[in-house]
Amino acid sequence: MSQTHHIDGWSCPVPLQDFPHIVMGHGGGGKLSADLFEHLIRPAFDNSILRERTDAAILPEISGRLAMSADSFVVRPLFFPGGSIGDLAVNGTINDLAMMGAIPKYLSVSFILEEGLPLASLARIVRDMAQTARKHNVSIVTGDTKVVERSRESGCLIQTTGLGSIPDGVDLSAKRIEEGDVVLLSGSIADHGIAILGQREGFQFESDIASDTAALSDLVHLLLKAAPVRMLRDPTRGGVAASLNEISVACGRGIEIRESDIRVKPAVRHVCEMLGLDPLTVANEGKLLAIVPAAHAGRALETLRSHPLGREAGCIGSVVAAHPGHVVERTVFGSTRLISLPAGDLLPRIC
Amino acid sequence: MTSRTAFRNPALAESILRDIRRMIRRPWTLMEVCGGQTHALIRHGLDQLLPAPIEIVHGPGCPVCVTPVGTIDRALALAARSDVIFCTFGDMLRVPGSRTDLQRIKALGGDVRILYSPLDALKIARANPSREVIFFGIGFETTAPAHAMAIHQASRESLANFSMLTSLVRVPPALKALLAEGDQRVQAILAAGHVCSVMGTEEYPAIAEQFRVPIVVTGFEPVDLLEGIRLAVRQREAGIFQVENAYGRAVTAEGNREAQARIFEVFEEADREWRGIGVIPNSGFRIRERYRGYDADARFAHDIVAMPATTACRSGEVLRGRLKPDECEAFGSICTPQTPLGATMVSGEGACAAYFHAGKLLKLGTPHQANAIHVSNASH
Amino acid sequence: MCLAVPGRLIGRFESHGLQMGQFDFAGATREVCLEYLPDLEIGEYAVVHVGFAISKLDEASARQTLEELAQLGTASNPEHD
Repeated sequence: MSQTHHIDGWSCPVPLQDFPHIVMGHGGGGKLSADLFEHLIRPAFDNSILRERTDAAILPEISGRLAMSADSFVVRPLFFPGGSIGDLAVNGTINDLAMMGAIPKYLSVSFILEEGLPLASLARIVRDMAQTARKHNVSIVTGDTKVVERSRESGCLIQTTGLGSIPDGVDLSAKRIEEGDVVLLSGSIADHGIAILGQREGFQFESDIASDTAALSDLVHLLLKAAPVRMLRDPTRGGVAASLNEISVACGRGIEIRESDIRVKPAVRHVCEMLGLDPLTVANEGKLLAIVPAAHAGRALETLRSHPLGREAGCIGSVVAAHPGHVVERTVFGSTRLISLPAGDLLPRIC
Repeated sequence: MTSRTAFRNPALAESILRDIRRMIRRPWTLMEVCGGQTHALIRHGLDQLLPAPIEIVHGPGCPVCVTPVGTIDRALALAARSDVIFCTFGDMLRVPGSRTDLQRIKALGGDVRILYSPLDALKIARANPSREVIFFGIGFETTAPAHAMAIHQASRESLANFSMLTSLVRVPPALKALLAEGDQRVQAILAAGHVCSVMGTEEYPAIAEQFRVPIVVTGFEPVDLLEGIRLAVRQREAGIFQVENAYGRAVTAEGNREAQARIFEVFEEADREWRGIGVIPNSGFRIRERYRGYDADARFAHDIVAMPATTACRSGEVLRGRLKPDECEAFGSICTPQTPLGATMVSGEGACAAYFHAGKLLKLGTPHQANAIHVSNASH
Repeated sequence: MCLAVPGRLIGRFESHGLQMGQFDFAGATREVCLEYLPDLEIGEYAVVHVGFAISKLDEASARQTLEELAQLGTASNPEHD
């Protein structure tokens, strides 16, 4: 006997076997799959390309050099202060493109859903993705849905591909970095990673700390118009430490940063200390690093600060000839320490 | 509240350093015995700021690092059991046993959970009555009260599915063992502040007197560490060997009596093996007979025989302050945080890890303050 | 063994028969066991290690230490000249 369930955001009630959760059948390519797509996914992402319902999206011609990015999102929990996996997926993919100076245009979205995932959760995720995409003039034009057996928690994994075009004259690359260039950071660090950690079993704490997930495309667009930029990078997994190490190796020079110039919110800093984490190694989802020629640093900073996502931007260091391939921090005491590539997993210490 | 930033004030740090430079006449070797202090010294580059005649050596202050391989192997065997939820502090995840580590056990299906507090393991036990919940209770005296409370509470609630695998060690016996070694060079001790918050300082005067070394109870902020060093040097320069408390805001001579009472209600002193050092009498805690039901070691059958530890690892010498991590030939080459030979390279508090991440490989750092210090060539 | 941070007690409650406190760490709050500092008062600070308050932070002592350190190297500290 079938029942209908009214799920917020769906275009019309869907006949279901009386079970408001994802089941294996939703990935089977048959009626359940079709219903899920037709009544939940497609209407949320609605655009003319999706309405064609083809296997592959036919895109209008794009002028300029094409940039393509790929990403996967596996965050747990799915919903956290500041956003959801849906927000991360769209913002994160947009940011990958924006870091190349590309204007993001199209996204593909593939879901791997674990059976047992509440349909209401999927609806929320899809709605978040749709809203975020629309806000940044990005169309979700194709995708896929598969269902796998459940693991410990019923989750949702999202894979994306992003397509954008790079305007003429924009050429961001580590190869362009020169000694003397400065390193700008658009705001406080470690907010996202600590917001997530605070939701995990064994680490619960309450706070105002929220993920900083945000699409940086507008901020980048403004910055590129205002100043010549050598390179951009968004410090996600591995934090600022990982990104700066990658940049340092890629440009074959050293990077020196100043502890006193790195902004960390007090509550975030306290939690990091409680757990023995270095904020420089914790993920961010709405921040960027910009390497710019020193002469243009002032202008670049002014521009960043004029935008809501860059209000707390600052200069944190510079590119140096010494210790090529390595990142060094000058502490507030005048001593130095190496910022090495983080080991991998966030491993909180206690003792 | 007097903010923490006050104890990180660079101007204050500089005036302490100035005082040290002014008073120092001879080289001195100081030992700190707390992984937290090792980490703080390296993290803030304080070792770079001290005048060259002061040498800081790192003692066995990392409870993860001194846990014997046999205990690690026992933990890994328990974690691999399908009926067990194995709970641990994050430090333990990549520490190598004879053949594997917790991270790999987890990857192969072991239910391994990282927790911040032993009380969270009790929550898991309550929520999963049909599974055995084991907490890996590692620590010095600072952490012993937490483990004691977890066992005490489990007993009060008659939790049938909770137990603890303990590896608890005590600082004073270890200090005595190290100071008693014939050729040891340590001339002053920085005592671990939070261990003393719990246990007080009553065990230290006898050690200071017996071995003629100043013992300064030291905190963890940069200003605390520099002040502890300053007081130790001051005593040495004056030929004094006393216990001094430089962390008065968090340490009293008697310590925390409630915590001590709970520790001794649940645990009793026992001989303990320290990885890389050997057995030190009375240097650990074991669960008392009346709480033996909550001892995972007693509760679960032993079915793994540990293989001897790899001999390439020299962490024992590092833990005894005999070898600096960057003096070890394996440091940074075959032994890295990704491919550790021993716990000191993988534990967040291990000296080798601290040195590696500080970039000692690169010999970074500002040169020691040369200043006009005339160092006497007279032997200590 | 020593990773402990200072926090401020902002509330008390009981859980499973244990005295607990809600502590504020510069804006992040967490529950902490108060069994070892039963007399800690709301507004006071303590050092917290693995979810337990193990030592009260003595404000007066902290201020005194800082004052003494601030005096280092000044004329009023003759033992160091």
